[in-house]
Amino acid sequence: MKRRTFLKGTVATSALAVAAGAGLLRSGQALAAGWPTAAFAATDLAAASKAVFGSKGAVSKDIKIKAPLQAENGAVVPIKISTALPDVKSIAIFVAKNPRPLATKVDFSGGAEGFYTTRVKMGKTSDVFAYVNSGGKILKNSAMIKVTVGGCGG
Amino acid sequence: MATKIKARKKGNATEILVLVQHPMETGNRKDKKTKKLIPANFIQTMIFSVNGKTVADASLGIGVSKNPLVGIRVKNAKSGDKINVSWKDNMGKTGSAKTTVK
Repeated sequence: MKRRTFLKGTVATSALAVAAGAGLLRSGQALAAGWPTAAFAATDLAAASKAVFGSKGAVSKDIKIKAPLQAENGAVVPIKISTALPDVKSIAIFVAKNPRPLATKVDFSGGAEGFYTTRVKMGKTSDVFAYVNSGGKILKNSAMIKVTVGGCGG
Repeated sequence: MATKIKARKKGNATEILVLVQHPMETGNRKDKKTKKLIPANFIQTMIFSVNGKTVADASLGIGVSKNPLVGIRVKNAKSGDKINVSWKDNMGKTGSAKTTVK
């Protein structure tokens, strides 16, 4: 009898602990309006790109990626995406081998060129993908970037 | 947290570059002394506008480097156009900066 009560007690407490843990996680990434939570939480490239664009995308050489071939410091890797494709609605940058591949995405609402630049973290050598929504068509291109020292911290 | 903005002509386009002092913590790093996880703290949204009209709405994740630098280019910007950027992080903190096209 005593044992049973004890077990019940532990189950209840651990359930609480799990709930609290989940709550903490959620408060750490409070929802912002329009911030694509699922896409940023995806753990592989296919799932992340699907969450953003609903498509795996077709390769297009009209998307240019300017980035170092080799990054000495994976914590800061400059990436520049440019494209002359028509009607660019959005651009997204994915680091295929990062634990969370989607780094950033931008939506344009008229008046902007097909251009986006930022600096990303890279845990290790990986392909970096640039996705472009050009008038509803999902296109992509990639570049391999070698990383000497990973930049995701530990 | 300082937010800097710069606009410069690039041919027919104007490049807008934004630099924010922000830790961009992933939530996966441990404090070396206390061995406790450092809570995630990163910018989630960054909105660019020209003369009050939104031109780009960027979403950022933990994969963007510390002190993020983000840039876009706008077409047909004229001298005197007012450019504004505002950001918000996952803790609800916000920042903004503005400049005028020369």
